Amino acid sequence: MRYLAPATLEDATQMLGSDLGECRILAGGTDLLVRMRSGFAEPDSILDIKRIDGMRDITREDGGWRIGAAVSCAEMGEHAGLSADWPGVVEAAGLIGSTQIQGRCTVAGNLCNASPAADSVPALVAARAMARIAGPDGTRDVAVEHVPTGPGQTSLGKGEFVASIFLPARPENAGDAYLRFIPRTEMDIAVVGCGVSLTLDGDGTCTDAHVALGAVGPTVIIVEAGAKALVGTQVDDAALDALAAACSAAATPIADKRGTVEFRTHVSGVLAKRAAKIAASRAGA
Amino acid sequence: MALDSKQVLDTREFKVVGTRVLRPDGVDKVTGKARFGADITAPGMLVGLVLRSPHAHAKIKSIDTSAAEAMDGVHAVVTAADFPNIELDDFTADVRDNCLAGAKALYDGHAVAAVAASSNHIAKKALKAIKVDYEVLDHVTDVDEAIKPGAPVLHEGGGNESVPEGSSPNIMARYEFGHGDIEAGLKKADRVLERSYKTEATHQGYIEPHACLATMGPDGQADLWCCTQGHYMVRNTCAAILGLDQGQLRVTASEIGGGFGGKTTVFLEPVAMMLAKKSSRPVKMVMTRSEVLRATGPTASSSVDIRIGMTKDGRITAAAAELRYQGGAYAGSPVEFGAMSAFAPYDLENVQTIGWDVVTNRPKQAAYRAPGAPMAAFAVESAIDELAKGLGLDPLEVRLKNAAREGTVASYGPTYPAIGLEATLRTAKDHPHWTAPLGENQGRGVACGFWFNFGGDTCVSLNITPDGTVTVSEGNPDIGGSRASMSMMAAEELGIPYEKVRTIVADTGSLGQNEVTDGSRVTFAVGLATIEAARAAKREMCKRAAMVWGIEPEAVEWKDGAAHPAGPNAGTHPPMSLAEIAEIASNTGGPIAGHHEANPEGAGVSFATHMVDTEVDPETGAVKILRYTVFQDAGKAVHPDYVEGQFQGGAVQGIGWALNEEYIYGEDGVLQNAGFLDYRIPVASDLPMIDTVILEIPNPGHPYGVRGVGETSIVPPLAAIANSVSAASGVRMTDLPMSPPKVLKAIQDQ
Repeated sequence: MRYLAPATLEDATQMLGSDLGECRILAGGTDLLVRMRSGFAEPDSILDIKRIDGMRDITREDGGWRIGAAVSCAEMGEHAGLSADWPGVVEAAGLIGSTQIQGRCTVAGNLCNASPAADSVPALVAARAMARIAGPDGTRDVAVEHVPTGPGQTSLGKGEFVASIFLPARPENAGDAYLRFIPRTEMDIAVVGCGVSLTLDGDGTCTDAHVALGAVGPTVIIVEAGAKALVGTQVDDAALDALAAACSAAATPIADKRGTVEFRTHVSGVLAKRAAKIAASRAGA
Repeated sequence: MALDSKQVLDTREFKVVGTRVLRPDGVDKVTGKARFGADITAPGMLVGLVLRSPHAHAKIKSIDTSAAEAMDGVHAVVTAADFPNIELDDFTADVRDNCLAGAKALYDGHAVAAVAASSNHIAKKALKAIKVDYEVLDHVTDVDEAIKPGAPVLHEGGGNESVPEGSSPNIMARYEFGHGDIEAGLKKADRVLERSYKTEATHQGYIEPHACLATMGPDGQADLWCCTQGHYMVRNTCAAILGLDQGQLRVTASEIGGGFGGKTTVFLEPVAMMLAKKSSRPVKMVMTRSEVLRATGPTASSSVDIRIGMTKDGRITAAAAELRYQGGAYAGSPVEFGAMSAFAPYDLENVQTIGWDVVTNRPKQAAYRAPGAPMAAFAVESAIDELAKGLGLDPLEVRLKNAAREGTVASYGPTYPAIGLEATLRTAKDHPHWTAPLGENQGRGVACGFWFNFGGDTCVSLNITPDGTVTVSEGNPDIGGSRASMSMMAAEELGIPYEKVRTIVADTGSLGQNEVTDGSRVTFAVGLATIEAARAAKREMCKRAAMVWGIEPEAVEWKDGAAHPAGPNAGTHPPMSLAEIAEIASNTGGPIAGHHEANPEGAGVSFATHMVDTEVDPETGAVKILRYTVFQDAGKAVHPDYVEGQFQGGAVQGIGWALNEEYIYGEDGVLQNAGFLDYRIPVASDLPMIDTVILEIPNPGHPYGVRGVGETSIVPPLAAIANSVSAASGVRMTDLPMSPPKVLKAIQDQ
């Protein structure tokens, strides 16, 4: 097995263009190394992106934040500016794994692992985050929801990888939140996840909302009807009930060892309601 | 967090026993130096791996190992056909069949072949090269399904003589206990409750997976290092299966990373020894977590029907239980213990329990902390709670009214000596927890629990070193602090400081037969043997002092760590300390030691009452444990930290069993959650601090009054939590685990 650790983006894309056999990108390695150890992945080569310039930086850009693909979730949690602007995204990232895992795992890796239950992804989608994809033809920016295409599947082409995640400038009076349901209190995988990002006007009326559900479909579900239920309201009980109904209606879960269809469908609405309340209180703060 | 709430005064003044000394294994464990099963290595050792059945039930038509054997780096491949053809008793024959399947694979994960290779990588490839021709058979994993007519049959004609004619062939045994007349008793009741309860199989969840290292020389001498709760049992079982003399096989127990009954078993060891024999190399085997969950013993799942009659003032007039436990693919579910313990806390005129031992296509169950009792207590204590509440009675008062006391004839036969149930109930009633206010969606539950406790074959050797320190050898792996406890009891008896004693766990070549670490027996039985060994050494030391002083040994007494002349004619010799006697031992007859061998009776039954507050989220069914208090009789707490740890550990394992732990099988009979992600034991943040109250009602069967404490603590939690959740949610929960989807559905359906 070959281990490659390029120092620049150009070197990385050049290497990926050469014959590496089955090559896997390594950032935190919290998915890849576990899969290799358990025999589910046997790559011919590994390309470590941690030494590439900028990959471990969180930088201000156009009023928003660019998060390098190798920034760990723990580093995100310790970044005051990012945490102030996008607390829901940071909280979602902070739910992945354990304290030890937090020191290594990345949101870009969480996105590319393409698990339907990924915690950071619904929060990133709700925040309208963009992924910058590096590849043989340069870089391209796509909305994060277009990266995973199904469980374990992504839209990334040969030689492409996610180089950074961009969170846009947070509007005035805006807030986001992410909640997940797990049977325990930590060290678990979402049975249902829900990210909500919304903006209020000076009177507390919701002017914009974005709602995303995780773990209740093969990929994240953007609930437009849920967003509509909030826009134009004071995010009152009636609006929250309408949001919950819309989310339960949009959920397309399967029954498995982690939960029944009925449970996940119902809890999608419950979490949406609770996340929207938190987001609204943050927006008003 | 123990409250200092001793209900009964000590019968003697202890100096060392009852203190909280430093544990002797602490430094090694927190610095990572302690050697567990997988930490043992030998020069030239090979890696042994097991091929496991992917089917829940299949006939093994053939196994072709030739391609694997031909691979470079593969030194040996074994199947069941390699075991010597030895007539074994039924139990050991089942162990052998479970180590490597014979005619049929009986569950998903059943071992069918094993390889020894020079690396893990090669061994994995070799497993893939083994071709097993299976004829897949219909399977059954649910206890009630397994006894329906037409269910797939695991073993034709497997049931013993206790099973009535015409019963399901998947019933292996029937048990019955009780006295009085149930129907007559029920007629006297003002209210009769009939209800059925189910529990799922749960795994002991020890952190350390099974591991061993085996060598087997051409001279017939063999050595085994392994992680076990009983290396003498491992020796005897392996010797039987492999046709060795027990004395030729030396087994050394490693440090043990949890067992809870699950390591009173043999899975890898005979296989490793066969691989070692065939390859002429040491062979090490270490299970993965997935193997541990698929192929080592969870406990039984259960289905229990209860009938209890109660008068308006809370007196139980009759109580009956029919219990069906499936113990996996072989006979031996703990239903007998379930049937014996179900009503053990109560003084009942009319009581009957019937237990059915059922086999299914699941891994062979293994003992799990008070095996069989928690499921029975779940049903009984839930029913009593429901009756009490239905009659508007205080659940603690109802239990006090019916509580077994000294002189009660237990439902399973014996008459109790002094027991501590009433003390736990009264202490619970007086505890501030009982009257603390509850909020919205919160509820409080209580339940009682019982465990037999046990003695068993025990050997202890105690040696006095020339400088006057003391070494104690015991034959039981230290799973709950036995090295500390034995050192404490030896120091107490000898009248020397704890720091002057070191206890080790000796290998099978060093002591006689020792029963496994089970039945909460070690602090009781090994403690008793340690005290007796110390007394033997004291007698010898008094004799040596008498020799020096030129008086009769009877005129010497031992106190405060020294021999003293006693009686009118003993003279006025200055006392001789243990160290002074040890120093001149070579000149007074040679080294000084004491030893004791016994199978002690009088282990002393143990009772507990648990109290728990929960909050139920009515929108998601999630249950939060808010507050938990354990009240239990320890007889005498030798090392209170460890006793509290046992109370807390049992409660926490019970919380897991009650709320989220379960074996989940797919339609195909394959285990769906063979990992700690989806087999959900509680994590630290799920739990409040578990409060403990140690009661000390001395056990007359032990010199210091000790009772075992390790198992009783897992008996009450299932019912205590179910009673609490039922109070918090307003809906009676009778089916474990009370996972969020189940609780939410119950709330929505009511």
